[in-house]
Amino acid sequence: MKIVVTVKQVPDPNSSLTLEADHSISRDKEVVLDPGDECGVEEALQLKEAHGGEVVLVSMGPEKARDAIRKGLSMGADRGVLISDPQLAGADALLTAKVLAAAIKLEEPDLVICSTESYDGSTGMVPPMLAELLGIPQLTFAKKVEVDGSKIKVHRQTADGYQVVEASTPALISVTAGIAEPRYASLKGIMAARSKEVKQVGLGDLGVEKGQSAETIEGVVEAEARKAGQVIEDDGTAVDRIVQVLATAKVL
Amino acid sequence: MGNIWVYAELDQGKLAATSLELMTKARELGDVDAIALGAGAKAAAAALGKYGAKVVHVNEDKAFDDYVAEPATDALASHFEKEKPELILFGFTPDSREVAGRLAARLGVGLISNASDVVAQGGGFVAKVPYFGGSKVASMKANNKPAIVLMRPKSIEASEKGGAGEIKELAASIGDGSKRAHITERVVEASEKVKLEDAKVIVSGGRGLGGPQNFPILEELADALGGAVGASRAVVDAGWVPYSMQVGQTGKSVRPGVYIAVGISGAMQHTVGMKASKVIIAINKDAEAPIMKMADLGVVGDALKIVPALTAAVKAKKKG
Repeated sequence: MKIVVTVKQVPDPNSSLTLEADHSISRDKEVVLDPGDECGVEEALQLKEAHGGEVVLVSMGPEKARDAIRKGLSMGADRGVLISDPQLAGADALLTAKVLAAAIKLEEPDLVICSTESYDGSTGMVPPMLAELLGIPQLTFAKKVEVDGSKIKVHRQTADGYQVVEASTPALISVTAGIAEPRYASLKGIMAARSKEVKQVGLGDLGVEKGQSAETIEGVVEAEARKAGQVIEDDGTAVDRIVQVLATAKVL
Repeated sequence: MGNIWVYAELDQGKLAATSLELMTKARELGDVDAIALGAGAKAAAAALGKYGAKVVHVNEDKAFDDYVAEPATDALASHFEKEKPELILFGFTPDSREVAGRLAARLGVGLISNASDVVAQGGGFVAKVPYFGGSKVASMKANNKPAIVLMRPKSIEASEKGGAGEIKELAASIGDGSKRAHITERVVEASEKVKLEDAKVIVSGGRGLGGPQNFPILEELADALGGAVGASRAVVDAGWVPYSMQVGQTGKSVRPGVYIAVGISGAMQHTVGMKASKVIIAINKDAEAPIMKMADLGVVGDALKIVPALTAAVKAKKKG
């Protein structure tokens, strides 16, 4: 089974973000492999271990995003493809999906695994767009994946539980963070990753036209902030104060 | 002919609440047609009419309920060719966003996701989108026709307008080629006591609780108050509690009368989903946690002591 995992380099979720002059989120800071994608890589590795095959990581990003691919390779993925082009800076979800689709088509995978949404953008739009552009079904919000030959079965997380969703390969799966605990890269894995192939391609290599962006950011303003209230140390009276607030709010 | 479409999501025959919020917003912007696909579409048409839909296009083919996204995308794409609306509004819900994503890719127009508002401007549409973890709001002008915008649930309050929409059968031919991601079973895990979205009081827990073994103290407090229990992304990702309890950017948006945040630091990713609550009470060991700067009452102390004592006090007060 050949599995492509889409991976993205994002600003470290544990660091604070800064904005560039053009309103884009600065990527000069500490960057990491998206924690959601680590779960996708882990799931792909477990499927490979159970069913055999190859795990290929595909990423769109600046030259530096090679580090994110490298991280996945050190976990055990086989090789990587980095789509890097100055024209792709600030790409919207559709352009991102088009570029990823073009690169993934060349791989002819049985399965494409994405995380449900990135930690930085959180639009969650790339997986369904990618499935559409690849012309394959989407099994999304998966918290469990089972593979039986060409049959794929997932538990698709819903607001109140889950659905069992089935399809045949080729298919796209988007996975939730809870699907698998990402393994740590071993020293051996880190050493091995250094010699694994990471192929770099540009927009022209993929034959994708940039096109009109879906949106133009016209301005960014501060969100309406709530006024700070009172902060008290619990000296034994905190419970009484909370009860008062609950009573004033008429929920008690 | 409407120039704006609202995709009225149905879940197993029931109209999603956010569809009426979308109607309330859409009718400010122009003539609105609603599209309702799947079981219950005809029954939902009356409500959609009351909230301002001039025409409700319905189709109750079973494929809409049984297969993920593709049948609905087919129906919308073929109907789009006939009516060419300028704006299509979707709810930013798991089911709707999958249809919206596929549709935008098929039409080749892209979309704007996670919006909190949409306004008409200069002959087009501008969406307000929580940005930068929710501390800022970006104005994003839609460059394409149709503009496709997904709005976060609970961004606006739904209100009735009165009236009735004309019901039209939407012609849809769904090929076998789109019957692929087959939903074969639905499993309900969440407690049916009080829905998070509907709760007047929410008691939410984060990492500060120390571990999943301490979540029951939140349930006891929520039960005593007749409320529901929520959680931060950190503890959902850590597997302490199911995703159905997650409040925030990538979870549910809520606006209860009182939100009690226990051991939640208040990362933007969380607060964007709960800052519209009328009253916020935070209980946290750390006086410097961001949640303290937005809480109406911040209590610095040990949640494992305060919460059970509060539950007892609430019970006593209710009895007395």
